[in-house]
Amino acid sequence: MQPGAAAAGLRKSPKAGRDRESHARQKRRLHVVPADLAPDLMLLERLRLGDEQAFVVLVQRYRDSMLRIAACYVPGPAVAEEVVQDTWLAVLRGLSAFEGRSSVRTWLFRILVNRARTTGERERRSIALGDDLEPAVDQARFDPTGHWSDPPAHWVDQLEDRLTAEKMAGRIRTAMLDLPSRQREVVTLRDIEGLSSDEVCSVLEITEANQRVLLHRGRSRLRQVLETEFGRA
Amino acid sequence: MMRLRIRRRELVCQQVVELVTDYLEDRLSRADRRRFDFHLTGCPHCTEYLAQLRATIALTGRITSADLTPPMQDEMIALYRQWQQGQGHRP
Repeated sequence: MQPGAAAAGLRKSPKAGRDRESHARQKRRLHVVPADLAPDLMLLERLRLGDEQAFVVLVQRYRDSMLRIAACYVPGPAVAEEVVQDTWLAVLRGLSAFEGRSSVRTWLFRILVNRARTTGERERRSIALGDDLEPAVDQARFDPTGHWSDPPAHWVDQLEDRLTAEKMAGRIRTAMLDLPSRQREVVTLRDIEGLSSDEVCSVLEITEANQRVLLHRGRSRLRQVLETEFGRA
Repeated sequence: MMRLRIRRRELVCQQVVELVTDYLEDRLSRADRRRFDFHLTGCPHCTEYLAQLRATIALTGRITSADLTPPMQDEMIALYRQWQQGQGHRP
């Protein structure tokens, strides 16, 4: 059976039917697919049945993402790791609360963000309100009619070189740390973790318009960092 | 009102760089999108700018976890077992 088909079957099975299904039968049905290939939803079902392996696979699957997201809120990898552990404990405690209204990933990330925010509150550097109002490009680079007076130089082609691309990706990673945290969390979720804008809004509990503004500011700043870096070379 | 609309018909570069995310997110009205595309056809600088932003997004997506701490699998298994014990027998 395809993993997808199995998961679809899971979603379709009415609650009453599931209650009647014996524990052993449920286990058999859920273990058709090896854990590391099983979709999230199936792993969650297994976890509800007390399957440790399902837990390990889920933890591994989201480890890097969760640490990266946690790092948006708290200083240092050690604290980020604590937040991730706290999150998993909260996930285990809240297993029965998951209703499948969002994806498992969105649900996990939302718990994580709430934990990380609480933990990070103390350390969080204060954010100037103007941060999100800053223009994408320095006004001085346009003439009074709004046309470029200092247009962007051409460097995109240089990124075809693997080494250059790696170096610049490293530069972006560092620059991410300097983004205002609200921009950083949106850029992390959208452009590193690959969430959709709907998912990001649901994880961060912000509006779509707000999400877009933060994404715009964050991406614009990162572009500027690259431009400066290429200009220096 | 009318005059404002006429003035808005053509975008200038400074507006384009602020609309670029709405453009990529497909959030522009059809009229604004047309204005945006029209501006690009005549403006190599803004075309360049858009390409740079796309390149930035692609590059951000390449960030990996090179500087993350080593796996915490053992701790997580301990966490799980501890939790399960506290749960007693599960259904």
